[in-house]
Amino acid sequence: MDRALQQGDPAIATPRARAPREREGWLALPLALYFCLFFLAPLALLAGISLRTTPQLEGFGLVQYAKFAGDPFNWSVLWQTLLIGVKTVALTACIGIPLGLLFMDAPRRLQPILLFIIVLPLLTSVVVRTFAWMVILGRDGLVNNALTALGVITAPLRLLHTELGLVVSLSQIEMPLMLLPLISVMSRLDPHLKDASAALGAGRWRTLFRVTLPLSLPGLLAGCLLVFASSVTAFVSQTIIGGGRMILMPFYLWQQATTLFNWPFAATIGMVLLVAVLAVVTTLNALGRRSRALVHG
Amino acid sequence: MARQTTAGDLSYRVVLGLLSMVALLILIVPVVVVIITSFTDSRSLRFPPPALSLRWYSALFDPVQSAQIHTAAWNSLVIAVSATAISVALGTAAALAISGRRTWWTQALDALFMSPLILPTLAFGLAALMFFSTLRLPLSIPLMILGHVAVIVPFILRTTIASLSQLDRGLLDTSSSLGASAIYTFRRVTLPAIRPGILAGAFIAFMASVDNVSVSLFLAGPENDVLPIRMWNMLESQLDVRTAAVSGVLIFTTAILVVVMDRIVGLTRRIS
Repeated sequence: MDRALQQGDPAIATPRARAPREREGWLALPLALYFCLFFLAPLALLAGISLRTTPQLEGFGLVQYAKFAGDPFNWSVLWQTLLIGVKTVALTACIGIPLGLLFMDAPRRLQPILLFIIVLPLLTSVVVRTFAWMVILGRDGLVNNALTALGVITAPLRLLHTELGLVVSLSQIEMPLMLLPLISVMSRLDPHLKDASAALGAGRWRTLFRVTLPLSLPGLLAGCLLVFASSVTAFVSQTIIGGGRMILMPFYLWQQATTLFNWPFAATIGMVLLVAVLAVVTTLNALGRRSRALVHG
Repeated sequence: MARQTTAGDLSYRVVLGLLSMVALLILIVPVVVVIITSFTDSRSLRFPPPALSLRWYSALFDPVQSAQIHTAAWNSLVIAVSATAISVALGTAAALAISGRRTWWTQALDALFMSPLILPTLAFGLAALMFFSTLRLPLSIPLMILGHVAVIVPFILRTTIASLSQLDRGLLDTSSSLGASAIYTFRRVTLPAIRPGILAGAFIAFMASVDNVSVSLFLAGPENDVLPIRMWNMLESQLDVRTAAVSGVLIFTTAILVVVMDRIVGLTRRIS
């Protein structure tokens, strides 16, 4: 070493102490490469194909989008699909929030059991859960047979292949996605807040709507986001519980791509669905940021 | 005033109690209904079943009659194991890079890697089909594995980043100041601390791959049929009660796996 060492010289700083952190940045590269090749490139191709003019993939232009926007049928399919998502979110929130509150109030011994009940459907196959609702809602199913036995109805109700049936079954299928973020935020709330609210004379309802729910808003919004995103693309439940008469975006896309081989139009449906979901997600995220600012700011 | 509060408390308890009972029923009943239906003696989905038998299970386990289902189940298993292995390797490495940094590029990467959870993956499934066809690659199991990695890797990233954020950075500094190399520190300090997080994520990713419809729907063909798509066909075309038996097997397997994984890595705690 022929020169004097100075403060901050790399030779002084122990190289080993820095090595782990400096090397870590590169570790994201393989996954980033994979995403570029097998996620972003296909999506870019999807966007490209949606700009093709004919099913033989000739020409370039916005023909497919004009075709989509020009037919009121397409608008109603899109609207129906988004509406199913909104209704599912509403129902899931209505029964998910009380269950979340019950979970927080439950004795510590019971909490793991409740969590198991919440997690199990999440990890059970979507097709299995859909199948369960076929048995429950069918002509000869649980609900119809129970109502007939009770003398409430004489002829079986049509529950399968209805919008109500679809929304109820989706709310079960997606419930864990609502509950898990909700519970994780609720369990971080200071339990003294509720006591303080009660001590100041607020009833339980007032405490719920003025203290607990506003503070749980980030978790609630995260849950709504996941439930919405997942129920608008729930192909299996939509086709089996919703049935053939109810055409929603996922089935529409699948039909155009695999039975009619109209790739440009299928790609257009995919892009419209993608943009619609992104718009809803971005709006909810913006609301989420505002709610967090409200809570912490 | 005092009486009003009690009435309010009472209505609070009744309304929330009833709603959470509805929620619990909605979560539990379908699982129970599937298990009971799988033991039905009937050719229809009548509930409650007129008589109980094991006929659909014996039909399901018959190697000749249910050969298609067995192949689909085997393919699903092969795809899920491989896709999970790749995702663990790529996901853990990326988690090490992303966690603890708040720069623009880590945030952008994080948003990109997590986007498959939110985006309609059905559009990605279609995109993957178009992509592989444009490259003139015939649909096969390896392509299916590549397609699955994107949709399951977020689960591993999420749990691994969560356990990394709880890791004491001081431990790493101590290890390296004591002369341990980066690789040695990773193997002996970081990995043992984050292993439960990786395992929990890997388990959820594995289940998500077995369960995947949105990508498999487009990438599955006669050569690489998978279980959820086969089951969807069994329900769509004409009702096949063997679906009930498949569902029964899947529910029991999942329940056992969840309990085991909960013991090993505290699964349910990590998901929430």
